[in-house]
Amino acid sequence: MLRNRNLVGWLQAAPLATVLLGFLVAPIAMIVIVSFWGATEYSIYPAFQFDNYQFLFNSPVTYTVFFNTLKYAAITWAFTLVIGFAVAYFLAFEIRSLKWQIALFLLCTIPFWTSNIIRMISWIPFLGRNGLANSTLISWGVIDEPLEWLLFSDFSVILAFVHLYTLFMVVPIFNSMMRIDRSLIEAARDCGANGFQTLWNVIVPLCKPGIMIGTIFVTTLVMGDFITVRFMSGSQRANVGRLISNDISLLQYPSAAATAVVLLCTVLIVIAVLLRLVDIRKEL
Amino acid sequence: MERRSRSFYLLAGFFGLFVLFLYGPIVTIGILSFQGPQGGLTFPMNGVSLHWFRDLFEEQAVGDIWGSFRRSFALGLMVMVTTVVVSVLAGLAFRKRFTGATLLFYLSIASLVIPSILISLGVGLIFNQLGFKVHWITSGFGSQLTWTLPFGLLIMFAVFNRFDKSYEEAARDQGATPWQTFAHVVLPIIAPSLLGVALFGFTLSYDEFARTLLTAGSYNTLPLEIFGMTTNVTTPVIFALGTLTTLFSLTVIGVFFLTVWLLSRRRKRPSDAGKGMV
Repeated sequence: MLRNRNLVGWLQAAPLATVLLGFLVAPIAMIVIVSFWGATEYSIYPAFQFDNYQFLFNSPVTYTVFFNTLKYAAITWAFTLVIGFAVAYFLAFEIRSLKWQIALFLLCTIPFWTSNIIRMISWIPFLGRNGLANSTLISWGVIDEPLEWLLFSDFSVILAFVHLYTLFMVVPIFNSMMRIDRSLIEAARDCGANGFQTLWNVIVPLCKPGIMIGTIFVTTLVMGDFITVRFMSGSQRANVGRLISNDISLLQYPSAAATAVVLLCTVLIVIAVLLRLVDIRKEL
Repeated sequence: MERRSRSFYLLAGFFGLFVLFLYGPIVTIGILSFQGPQGGLTFPMNGVSLHWFRDLFEEQAVGDIWGSFRRSFALGLMVMVTTVVVSVLAGLAFRKRFTGATLLFYLSIASLVIPSILISLGVGLIFNQLGFKVHWITSGFGSQLTWTLPFGLLIMFAVFNRFDKSYEEAARDQGATPWQTFAHVVLPIIAPSLLGVALFGFTLSYDEFARTLLTAGSYNTLPLEIFGMTTNVTTPVIFALGTLTTLFSLTVIGVFFLTVWLLSRRRKRPSDAGKGMV
């Protein structure tokens, strides 16, 4: 019986396993292999050398860029967490009717199903030198000269990240909040807790799994990004993803692969730390 | 009606700002895409016209927009169907707790959180070394599945965790074969969620960029085409295109919710099942 169950299970899981083997495991294995290869100006050749890693770790650029990547991840995380928590709290606890809850929740999730690139492009008329933000501030008399740091800067990069990824915080935190037994909150109030005490000692601890899942999403998405940074900084800022895509455009695949391996390890370490704190499967 | 507390109004205001933050920019480019022929990428509006939309429909310098739209649409449908079928099968498999289930689960999660550029680079390298040509139908398709399948699987987990097993047991007790149980009992119950999986499959594929970048080959999908335009097009034609494809996405989402709504309405209608017993 057990064997039979295993067999049917395997057959049903086979398509998923095949796709993941072919397009996830094999590509990563290939990247690890190629990271030891050598490259000429126009081709790559099989070898087993550590040149790519040596170059990577000896270049000061690498450290700056990795630091930059972690900086983006940390700042974006902080903003998405605060905004995501507040939005989820509003939806879960302040909205009383289920119909409105669903409607407002969908309002927050719809942008997720539209194009990220368009959503980035749509910031240009806002942030540009002659954009809405600058002209509004000038007409209010807040500033005399247009602000230069609104577009093509760290500011615009992080703004775009927050814009794109806050949803990944809202959904899991909202999910956690909806499972909180409302009588716990009443009990806290009956015991004399004020609003903030209830929030901090009852709601936040119970939302931890949701916060963790959101954190994993946001940090990995930001750390692996290359397109937002390139577009929103007008190619003036760098993160690891851009380092990789630059190497790719120069056909320096082995060097790109080595950087990719280091990036992958960094991401995996971050996830491993976070996963120790929560069991994802229980939360679905 | 209970009186709303002060925190309600504070948070409602915050929520309103958040929605404005989410939708403001896209509405802006929607307005700007109606710029007059002399208008630029920012306000003020230089007259109102359909000039830039007309530009899109006249095949000329802006590249192969309609070809890339057709490809993205076809690819989206392929990914959608595959995602639904594979996710349902995998969802059923995970209920059986087969050996290796945990490993496969962690692989799926890995597929979700791995930096997209690694998939793009790795798949590109493999095709390159094996002497295959990268093409959106083969390598692009597979790469996109690594992004849509984990979402499909997570939805299936959520569905089956809430699934009442007694329905299946009842079917089995009445002598239904495993296939009959699946086709006549399980499938109808999970059908609305499958629409959700389909929505994820299509829209995530239609808008996917990073994983398709090095795996689409010489024929661009729409997001790749749009990204190419950002580097060399400096007229509102790009806003017009953005507006149109966003409207297309919204239409797809709208059709999805309409279908779910119609399905749930049909279900609520009192059925005559069991009436014969009285």
